[in-house]
Formats: sequence, structure tokens, C-alpha cells
Amino acid sequence: MIDVSEYFVAAFILIGAFFGVVTAIGLIRLPDLYTRTHAASKSATLGVMSVLIGALLFFLTEEGMFNSRIVLGIFFVLITAPVGGHLIARAAYNSGVKLAPETVHDDLSKKEQYEKKKNSSRD
Amino acid sequence: MLNISVYIALVAFAIAMIGIVFRAIKGPSVADRVIALDSLGISLIAVTALFSILLRTSVFLEVILLLGILAFIGTVAFSKYIEKGAIVDRDRRK
Repeated sequence: MIDVSEYFVAAFILIGAFFGVVTAIGLIRLPDLYTRTHAASKSATLGVMSVLIGALLFFLTEEGMFNSRIVLGIFFVLITAPVGGHLIARAAYNSGVKLAPETVHDDLSKKEQYEKKKNSSRD
Repeated sequence: MLNISVYIALVAFAIAMIGIVFRAIKGPSVADRVIALDSLGISLIAVTALFSILLRTSVFLEVILLLGILAFIGTVAFSKYIEKGAIVDRDRRK
């Protein structure tokens, strides 16, 4: 006798594993640091959140208890992983990591000229 | 049925972590390696959750929180070090 809840738990876990593999493929195949941050922050976050939701459902049906620690883990990963990706991308741009040769537009390259113009007008 | 899918997910995460370690070794810049280590920590969270399902125990759930906090703090410290050369700086001007 297999419960219906096991099917839901297995579906969430397999979706999470699929997105984990997509993260690894993106980290290997993409040409640039700034595209790899997208793969690492978005896809890995979604995969881990799916696995943790599967674990939450499993412990809810197995033990009949609502684990608050898994909810905290889901919330923490949801908040912090995109923030970390953004911080690393900004630090890499300010330390002069090259963009990919396929890049067509770079908005931040005009920022230094704009600040220089603003400082010269102030003086 | 559930055990089989957990085994499949563990094998998939192991293959993904091998790819992430390849990027951490090869990556041309320091920031590439930091991104790879962040993804490695997040994958370890998922592997811990899968093991806690497989062993039918809720002991490892604090390990999930600790790994998340450590991965985030490490990423923030590395980004400040890459950008300014110092993790704790006294410069208030920027």
C-alpha cells in the first residue's frame, strides 16, 4: 500500500535534482562570469527549494509534525542565494573581470564618465 | 518507490557536484571559484535533506540551517575581499 503523498514527495525531489543538474550544465557551458551567476543563483535556488519542500511534505506525512526548521531553511535560501550572486557579480565588475565577446550592451561602462562629469561640474 | 527516487536524485546531485568542482578548479578568475563554491554549499544542503529522508530521521535539519548560513557569510566575505582588498574596512567614504 503506497500513500499518495509519496508520489508528491518523489515528484518534488526529482524536479529539484533536475534543476541541480541544470545548474552544473550552466556553470560548465556558459561563456562568461555574469551569465554563470544567473545559472548559479536562480537555478540552484529553485532546485534546493524543491528538495526542501519535498522533505517538508515527507516529514509532515511521516511523523505528523510540521518542521519549522525546514521552513526556516527554505526562507533563508530564498533570501540569501540571489543576494550572494549579485554581490559577487558587482565585485567582479569592479575588479575588472572581462565580459564575454558576445556581449552587445554594457550599461555600467558609462558610469565612470557620468561620475567624472558630475564631479567636474561641482568643482 | 520513494527510496528509488531519492537514490536517483542523489546520483544526479553527485554528477552536478562533480561539474561544479570542475568549474571551481578551472575558473579563470577568483569570482568564478567563489560562485562555484557557493553552488557547492547549496547542493550540500539538498544532499543533507535527501539523506534525512533516506534515513527517516529529523536530526540533520539543523545542519541545513548551518550550511546555508556558512555559504552566505563566505560569499559576502569573498565579495568584499575581491572588491576592496579588505574584509573589515574602516573607510566610511564609499
